[in-house]
Amino acid sequence: MADLTSEFVGIRSPNPFWLASAPPTDKEYNVRRAFEAGWGGVVWKTLGAEGPPVVNVNGPRYGVVYGADRRVLGINNIELITDRPLETNLEEMARVKADYPDRALIASIMVPCEEAAWKAILPRVAETNADGIELNFGCPHGMSERGMGSAVGQVPEYIEMVTRWCKQYYDRPVIVKLTPNITDIRKPAAAARNGGADAVSLINTINSITSVDLDNFAPMPTIDGKGSHGGYCGPAVKPIALSMVSEIARAEATRGMPISGIGGITTWRDAAEFMALGCGNVQVCTAAMTYGFRIVQEMMSGLSQWMDEKGYRSTADFVGRAVPNVTDWQYLNLNYVTKARIDQDLCIKCGRCYAACEDTSHQAIAMGEGRVFEVIDAECVACNLCVDVCPVEDCITMERLAPGTVDPRTGRVVQDEYANWTTHPNNPMATAAE
Amino acid sequence: MPNSPFTAGIAPGRLPADEIARNFTDLHPPMDAHEAHVAADRCYFCHDAPCTIACPTEIDIPLFIRQIATGTPEAAAKTIFEANILGGMCARVCPTEELCEEACVRMTAEGKPVEIGRLQRHATDTLMARQGHPFERAAPTGKRIAVVGAGPAGLSCAHRLAWHGHDVTLYEAREKPGGLNEYGIAAYKSTEDFAAREAAWVMGIGGIELVQGRRLGDTLDLEALRHEFDAVFLGVGLGGVNALAAEGEQREGVLNAVDFISELRQAADLGALPVGRNVVVIGGGMTAIDAAIQSRLLGADQVTVAYRRGRDRMGASRYEQDLAASHGVRFLFNAQPKAIHDGAIELALTEEVDGALRATGETVSLPADQVFKAIGQTLTTDGGLELMGGKIAVDRSMKTSLANVWAGGDCASGGDDLTVTAVAQGRDAAEDIHRTLAG
Repeated sequence: MADLTSEFVGIRSPNPFWLASAPPTDKEYNVRRAFEAGWGGVVWKTLGAEGPPVVNVNGPRYGVVYGADRRVLGINNIELITDRPLETNLEEMARVKADYPDRALIASIMVPCEEAAWKAILPRVAETNADGIELNFGCPHGMSERGMGSAVGQVPEYIEMVTRWCKQYYDRPVIVKLTPNITDIRKPAAAARNGGADAVSLINTINSITSVDLDNFAPMPTIDGKGSHGGYCGPAVKPIALSMVSEIARAEATRGMPISGIGGITTWRDAAEFMALGCGNVQVCTAAMTYGFRIVQEMMSGLSQWMDEKGYRSTADFVGRAVPNVTDWQYLNLNYVTKARIDQDLCIKCGRCYAACEDTSHQAIAMGEGRVFEVIDAECVACNLCVDVCPVEDCITMERLAPGTVDPRTGRVVQDEYANWTTHPNNPMATAAE
Repeated sequence: MPNSPFTAGIAPGRLPADEIARNFTDLHPPMDAHEAHVAADRCYFCHDAPCTIACPTEIDIPLFIRQIATGTPEAAAKTIFEANILGGMCARVCPTEELCEEACVRMTAEGKPVEIGRLQRHATDTLMARQGHPFERAAPTGKRIAVVGAGPAGLSCAHRLAWHGHDVTLYEAREKPGGLNEYGIAAYKSTEDFAAREAAWVMGIGGIELVQGRRLGDTLDLEALRHEFDAVFLGVGLGGVNALAAEGEQREGVLNAVDFISELRQAADLGALPVGRNVVVIGGGMTAIDAAIQSRLLGADQVTVAYRRGRDRMGASRYEQDLAASHGVRFLFNAQPKAIHDGAIELALTEEVDGALRATGETVSLPADQVFKAIGQTLTTDGGLELMGGKIAVDRSMKTSLANVWAGGDCASGGDDLTVTAVAQGRDAAEDIHRTLAG
């Protein structure tokens, strides 16, 4: 039986599934429900500085992108950090942590970029006995207009500076939450490391307008006829998050740095993918907001079953195992030649592969008598589009041409040895093979 | 004491009025917008879609479903109506399980097709609920065409001709237009007077003058029409009913199934419509099924469909057979009527050997207060045209043997007695007439 216990920068939790700092973790009531449902940890909704709390809009805070059957693919939000008094949050955090000592409780913090502000709040947070803090350098809406959130996350020097203050005035783990609204995610991650951060978490939400109201010509969600960009999250952002996580996991300056993965994690499989790319644990928000806290039960059972099937006893057995396989395009093996293969027994004859290939790709699928679809090897460039649009899983697969056979498209014999662009004759910068 | 299913003989009001009313509501209730969205999302937008190929009117089904999925059911309806102006009725009566939905690739994938028929109804109902007719006529051509018969073929032909700018005189023998849509289809498939509303809506394009009470071979003469009009289209259907050739056929209680259905369709009060305690329907097509189910819905106690061949030879689809069975209709295969007695029918059992049907010598007797004949219909007048297989011979363009005379629907050769086929033939004849008249 797989052991789901997680230890992330020294913080123990019964499983690697934490709730991200967001609306679901704004209050004691919600967090207690989350822990009862089985969540391993919670990053409390971001705390602001002492004083009158921020205010939220009183119109809609969320916009949505739907897939088929109103399945939620992405949500954006224009909610700010907690709009409840600091003292209230701190009292509740202390109570919850005392009642759930085995669960991870992390305080998310966003205060102005001034040393005094951080110095003031950190001891207050420490008194709650929270297991650590997460610096919210990510929120791209509202707070960023006031020089906080992603406004800090977009300036590596600020990240490094604030992280250093936190390490100076707080003695438990410091996690820096990164904004994806930046060109090169490795820079802020390296800055966090330079400042002494114990870990980074990513991604925060992405600048977004989910839709436009075509009656009123206003972005959604609309407040009295106007809209503002929000932060996008949910399944739609997962590919972006995975890529950014992998960049940090493999970059020289940040390699080995603990990562808490965030971004559209909806199922155990999503979680396993983030962890395979180097995340020590994961944080979830949109899936809980869509389906409620009970989804963690599926995440635990699914991850556990998969680990048993693979023979992994603990999460450490597979965390980071996909990282060595992330490389640059130039190192991909150009002698790996594949062709699409259509399983006629599985084919339901919808012709989507044909339409996609004929209209938008390489005219490599023939439509024969009786709607039989067959790949024309002499045209197939192995782009995979037919596999992607086929509604039947495993009906179309890519098959590797054995070395020594002739690729009917190029007329060349498939070579056995690995060869990439760096040594390709068409590359003006080619270097001789070693 | 009120009547019940067990009241002897033929009697009205066998069930309480509210139960009868409930029995005759929509067989497939309309989809609401949410249901339609969920159903539409299942369409794969197939290339050269098999459903469209399977549709006799070749409606662009993936396109109209995508239009529903993207929130424009009105545009979806226009896609449907451009191919099939009676798309509303076809959505209700088409044997989709043998046409578009049978061809749907989801059948192969998971045995459950996209609900094309119900989606089509959602789209067409949505547009038809709006004021006005969706299509505008082309500039007047000055050509005049006589369309004889305002059934599916005639309405379809008249509409397409009017659309192209021709002036149409639409002759109809019966009181209302619609043909079998109005008089011949089970009531639960065309609720809320849909056939009449649809016919009026189709004619709403303009340029169609409906002339009622005129019957070909009686008060209408084909030669006179040929002289008066630039072209003539015949969509007169099949007015006669085949005889049983069984002893006692003239007895009271032996009726044509089409007359029973027609009477039922026009009845102001279904509770006043008499039906037998024991009903036997002779035949194997849709008319037999419709008569049998509706007998049960009116409160007949025992209803049997007797068909002279085996189940696999039945004209009615398996879906329709199962629908009948679910309403308590019993099927008796390989049995043909021999004699009708007072309150009973004697049937000879048969077997099919090398395609030839022969009596085995055995007989069975069933109680029968009412016997409905549903063994096919016949052409009542040929108007001097060449026939083929008992129907007006037509070529692929629906041309008959006489110049400037076209025919389509059940009266013409080559069809398969479906509303949708009649619509296709009426439309195709109109296109050929249009091409011919344009010279």
